[in-house]
Amino acid sequence: MAGLSLGWGLFAKSSKAATRAVYNSAALPDKSPLPAWKHPDLIILSDKPINAETPPHLLDDAITPAEKLFVRNNGIMPVNVDAKSWTLTIDGESVKKKTVFTLDELKKKFKHYTYQLVHECAGNGRAEFSPAGHGNQWGNGAVGCCEWTGVRLRDVLEAAGIKDDAVYIGYYGKDTHLNGKPGEVPISRGVPMRKALEDEALIAWAMNGKDIPAVHGYPLRVLFGGWPASTSGKWLARISIRNKIHDGAKMNGMDYRLPIHPIAPGAKIPQDNEHFRIIEAMPVKSLITYPKTGAQVTAGKPLEVRGHAWAGDLKINEMHVSIDFGSTWQKCTLKEQRNRNCWQQWSTQINFPDKGYYEVWARATDSNGKMQPMLVPAWNPGGYLNNACHRIAVEII
Amino acid sequence: MNRKIEQADRIKLKWVVWAMALLVAVITVNNTYSRPAKSDRALVNWERPASLNDSIDKKTGLIIAPGFAVVSTTCVRCHSPKLITEKRATREGWLATIRWMQQTQGLWDLGPQEPVVLDYLAKNYAPKNEGRRPLLKTTEWYKLNN
Repeated sequence: MAGLSLGWGLFAKSSKAATRAVYNSAALPDKSPLPAWKHPDLIILSDKPINAETPPHLLDDAITPAEKLFVRNNGIMPVNVDAKSWTLTIDGESVKKKTVFTLDELKKKFKHYTYQLVHECAGNGRAEFSPAGHGNQWGNGAVGCCEWTGVRLRDVLEAAGIKDDAVYIGYYGKDTHLNGKPGEVPISRGVPMRKALEDEALIAWAMNGKDIPAVHGYPLRVLFGGWPASTSGKWLARISIRNKIHDGAKMNGMDYRLPIHPIAPGAKIPQDNEHFRIIEAMPVKSLITYPKTGAQVTAGKPLEVRGHAWAGDLKINEMHVSIDFGSTWQKCTLKEQRNRNCWQQWSTQINFPDKGYYEVWARATDSNGKMQPMLVPAWNPGGYLNNACHRIAVEII
Repeated sequence: MNRKIEQADRIKLKWVVWAMALLVAVITVNNTYSRPAKSDRALVNWERPASLNDSIDKKTGLIIAPGFAVVSTTCVRCHSPKLITEKRATREGWLATIRWMQQTQGLWDLGPQEPVVLDYLAKNYAPKNEGRRPLLKTTEWYKLNN
């Protein structure tokens, strides 16, 4: 044993080739895994798959610019994508006639619509759960609200024909599994028919008036605003109309699911569909996008504070801020929703009573009267749906 | 006669003590340098750590400790090491993650490497109890003209 231990150092030093071989398959590259046009301050949480969040102060625009939109991939992005030969297949047990559309046919055959849609990762805010939830430890910035142009999913599904027994749709994209095994699907999720048939459910080819960037799903993706962004599949190639709840990759176990009955932090329950339910609309939430946390401001002058608020399929009724940890709340000005599933802008002026350290806490109330909690809400194994109030630090000097 | 035997035994004992001392010294030196487990040896570009920071692998961001090489080859083959370094869990929690990857993500049976991986993760990426809301992580103050 001593001999082996002694010999080890020498042996290891002469095995650099083996080390390189290991790291060739390993992760952290020297350069950012994001394309160069992405904002350099996006926080990279993972490079394989590519996952990056946006610091809240970069989300100040009413329409999220492409360079500031978070990235959440589940597999490896497709390469050599040719939009001209790209097709979308509508199939499944509940399709009347399996139909294949080219991208060009989609654009020509159906009426075009443009909606601004919130999409938020179901794990946004996960980093605050204790014990830690499963997967990337997202801060607050796995959310965006871009303007999408395309055709209504409903129009395309109806063109193929929907049987009476249809209950769900499931999407398939052209991304490939991280483990490199051909035929394995990294993610294939969907929504119930009631969401699929809504006006705002889109099959989109344009984001903010331009082709969708590769990292966001070029040339085609599906969008369900207000629902977990994992339902908005990228590199869309196929939609199946199902006669049962879609059973694609990451539709089962605890993926994008919550315990049916609330459980204690860290508690273990069987990871089956009997104990977990699928997450549907996202809960009420808001962000402070101005100022950036850490602002030192001059005493005696009001501070403008602003941001966005959203609530799944609902609207925002009221928006408040507090500078005394929730003892008192000040009502904010709130803009109307541009369209359903779009976030709303809020703003206010805050007068601070004294010099010193403050935290500005923001709290939205949805159209059903539900408010954001100040504490991290119900713990769940997946670390989903943390909609606790966002807060920033401010120092009055 | 008996005396001679005793003397021989004493000499033998002396050698045994010396041999033991040498062994202890070697093991101590080895442990000081935080070496990976035996099975990892061929895969690690090992150098003597000059400070605590040196025990973090520059390429993966993983803590260099026993089991490091198995983890850096097994886990990082499919996904980013950041999925490990960001997260914290108990041994049981990490095992549940491995089972999830095996059931849904095509991870193979780790066989005898499984306890090595679990030991490494449970020791180096154990949970931190942060309560219901950690303090704001504001370290960079800046002047804002309001």
